[in-house]
Amino acid sequence: MTTQHVQMTINGQPYAADIEPRLLLVHFIREVANLTGTHIGCDTTSCGACTVLVNGVPAKSCTLFAVQMDGAAISTVEGLEQNGALHPVQEGFFEEHGLQCGFCTPGMMMTAVAFLAQNPNPTDDEIRRAISGNLCRCTGYVNIVKSIQYAAKKQREAQTAPAAPAEPAEAIR
Amino acid sequence: MTSEAPIIRGMGHSVKRKEDPRFLRGKGHYIDDFKLPGMLYMDIVRSPYAHARIVNIDASKALALPGVLAVITGKDLDAAGLAWMPTLMSDKQMVLPVDRVVYQSQEVAAVIATERYIAADAITLVEVEYEPLPPVMDPHKATDPDAPLVRPDRDAKTNHIWHWEAGDAARTDEVFQNAEVVVKQDLYIPRIHVCSIETCGCIASYDKIDGKLTVYMTTQAPHAIRTVFSLVSGIPEHKIRIISPDIGGGFGGKVPVYPGYVIATVASLQTGLPVKWIEDRSENLQADSFARDYHISAELAAKKDGTMQALRVKTLADHGAFDAAANPSKFPAGLFSIITGSYDLQAAHVEVDGVYTNKPSGGVAYRCSFRVTEAVHTIERLVDTLALALSLDPADVRMKNFIPPEAFPYKSPTGWEYDSGNYPAALQKAMAKIDYAGLRREQAEKRARGELMGIGISTFTEIVGAGPSHTFDILGIKMFDSCEIRVHPTGSAIVRIGVQTQGQGHETTFAQIVAEELGLPVENITVEHGDTDTAPYGLGTYASRSTPTAGAATAVAARKIRDKAKKIAGHLLEVSPDDLEWQDHKFQVKGAPGRSVTMKDIAFAAYTNFPQDVEAGLEAVDYYDPPNLTFPFGAYICVVDIDRGTGMVKIRRFVAVDDCGNIINPMIVDGQIHGGLTMGMAPALLEAITYDEYGNIQQSNLMDYLLPTAMETPVWETDKTVTPSPHHPLGAKGVGESATVGAPPAIANAVVDALSHLGVTHLDIPITPWKVYQILEAHGAAEA
Repeated sequence: MTTQHVQMTINGQPYAADIEPRLLLVHFIREVANLTGTHIGCDTTSCGACTVLVNGVPAKSCTLFAVQMDGAAISTVEGLEQNGALHPVQEGFFEEHGLQCGFCTPGMMMTAVAFLAQNPNPTDDEIRRAISGNLCRCTGYVNIVKSIQYAAKKQREAQTAPAAPAEPAEAIR
Repeated sequence: MTSEAPIIRGMGHSVKRKEDPRFLRGKGHYIDDFKLPGMLYMDIVRSPYAHARIVNIDASKALALPGVLAVITGKDLDAAGLAWMPTLMSDKQMVLPVDRVVYQSQEVAAVIATERYIAADAITLVEVEYEPLPPVMDPHKATDPDAPLVRPDRDAKTNHIWHWEAGDAARTDEVFQNAEVVVKQDLYIPRIHVCSIETCGCIASYDKIDGKLTVYMTTQAPHAIRTVFSLVSGIPEHKIRIISPDIGGGFGGKVPVYPGYVIATVASLQTGLPVKWIEDRSENLQADSFARDYHISAELAAKKDGTMQALRVKTLADHGAFDAAANPSKFPAGLFSIITGSYDLQAAHVEVDGVYTNKPSGGVAYRCSFRVTEAVHTIERLVDTLALALSLDPADVRMKNFIPPEAFPYKSPTGWEYDSGNYPAALQKAMAKIDYAGLRREQAEKRARGELMGIGISTFTEIVGAGPSHTFDILGIKMFDSCEIRVHPTGSAIVRIGVQTQGQGHETTFAQIVAEELGLPVENITVEHGDTDTAPYGLGTYASRSTPTAGAATAVAARKIRDKAKKIAGHLLEVSPDDLEWQDHKFQVKGAPGRSVTMKDIAFAAYTNFPQDVEAGLEAVDYYDPPNLTFPFGAYICVVDIDRGTGMVKIRRFVAVDDCGNIINPMIVDGQIHGGLTMGMAPALLEAITYDEYGNIQQSNLMDYLLPTAMETPVWETDKTVTPSPHHPLGAKGVGESATVGAPPAIANAVVDALSHLGVTHLDIPITPWKVYQILEAHGAAEA
């Protein structure tokens, strides 16, 4: 099988490999980069468990080839936490019980991160539309919407008062 | 000696989940995240036919592909006596077929290769020659004299599997003969699929040197799997370890043993290397066990004033090609006899006949305690049918017929003893919260303007927590459950339970139970589960049984520890243990609250300073055999608006008042109800698995099988009443499936209510826009 050289960054770290052209991005992330937080739920771009950001834009990595990503900057759930501090979206999901089995959660959060960058002050309906490509079988979405609103509020507050970020009510160990 | 009571955050606290930090960081350990040294990959060749004879399997081209190590067929397994395996319902099921396939996408052969992609390539190179046979697709024709035989391997040459009944037929017939009113309704509860976002899979790893088989598996019941694997394979049970890692949703779909698990295990036994098998979504939707598929014919006898008297039900159950339902052994139709619901009837008789068809095996739960959803849907639709026939308000009919609160414990006409309930209180609360009277006025105004709005009620009774061992077993293993607690010297603890989480938050709620009972801070308690080498034996998590069974075991084990702790406390305080009382999560001297010791003090003493007549250490195990099931209930009210241009049903409001007894963690209970309501809405409006006459499945991916997105799912409004279970140590009941059970008839009743003035008396689920639009068009009510 012929291989092709590909290089990309994932969460700012460079990755380069000689891979089969048919290798899916999600398999590159999970099995070449060993970042297993990005999940596979359907193989048909329907469920969103594999959602990552490609140059800041949400993409379903189960229907992209890794070789298409040559030179791209990929972001996954493992990159959300910065310097030991959870991303406001992660914090929101914790505070508002936005996850149960946790399988859809990484993809759901990546969609939310990109959405809030575009729309920092969304309505609940706008959030529902934004996450409608990410399926969750456990939560019924009510608390996911609350989680994203929590993050939106926290990010807006950080914008207006960048000094001391408020600690979450309960430590997230 | 005096000690401050710690902040423990036990029962009733919305403690944030202990399992979340790893999931939020993408550091969960789901089955496909494990990579073992030397691991091989398995992929499965599947049948394109629903019914066919296998003429020949030629694996030579697949075996010639570099990286392919083996192709396993039914003949290979047959030589080892493993071509068939037992099901939980005393039937048997093909692991791989020797000479015939009996449903589309059935496993036909397995390829073992060094890489996932090579295995996937190789399955296309396995050449299988089939001779198609006519399939049995319509269960109503399954027992026709000329119907093809689905299972010629059985002694009984018929597609009829079993007949089951409950209640008193003669008494029921007598009430019907004298009834003033009889309403009748046929209902079809369609075949659906739980479709957890994580599919099924396993890694079987056999260590040839020490003879130990370890299987990482997406299973909801690891101990039962270990025992079955030992019985089937002959490997001693102490040489089998089943590990159920983080599970990406179960909902009943991860209870059965699927052929893939067994084939991967055989492959690992043969190669001595770990073998990974992960289903893709199409395989999951096409071949895994299905739920529901009940064809029901129900009649209700009543007085003209709306007093319900008797229920008579006949049912045809489509079980597919193998009876591989995951019910307790004595219950081939599950707990379907809960069908008299929340109502005080004089008599009832319910019959179910199971038949084979050329479909994947069915009868597995879809977030539902053993056929309770089918039962609830039937009785809740019938109540509305009666109300409509008598021009009575469906809320009034329910209030008139509820089992009164003072009648508990209540013996139902089909033999159940309901533990506790207060049905009028729940319905009143729901009606007040949603302003039922106001909605009825609004509906009348809208109807006058030609707008379509409906209000639907469901006042359901659940039955969960199997079960008392005298009645409930799975393959002979009694349905108790277990907990083991060890308190460490410095006052923290490890708790191991026989049940297993798939998202329910056991690591948090079981820690809260122990925190409450022992007075230790919840953050100092670790909960482990899912590893048969360490967890005590249990029957697993399904049918909302974790809290009723293992939750009770946890409370009782903690109380055993507290009994011992009391002796140590007496030693520390230099008083008789009889002079101590457990107050504010510590032991204090009666009448002298200033003299007290905490569990932390006692734990240290249990290893450093214990009385001579007490063993060192502080731990306990309990195997809890519940005296009865628990009977959660709820009152749901749904308001729908129907678009006359498209037939689209929009849920405008949905109020769910649930009663699951005493609550461990309100945040988690609320989350369970949100999820359950969504999985109740799904089959009511969206989901169904159907087949064409040739046996081709018509929903084999998530573009055809429609899971609810955030767009269709309404903002669920939840509330509660609290009626403790009198027999559960914590007064708790199960809750995970209440909403899935209760929601569908509320939605269906609302849609029928919206269309009743057009003469509509019933609609089978799923109530799709097309179904509604056809009705609107037929009645001239559609908008152009």
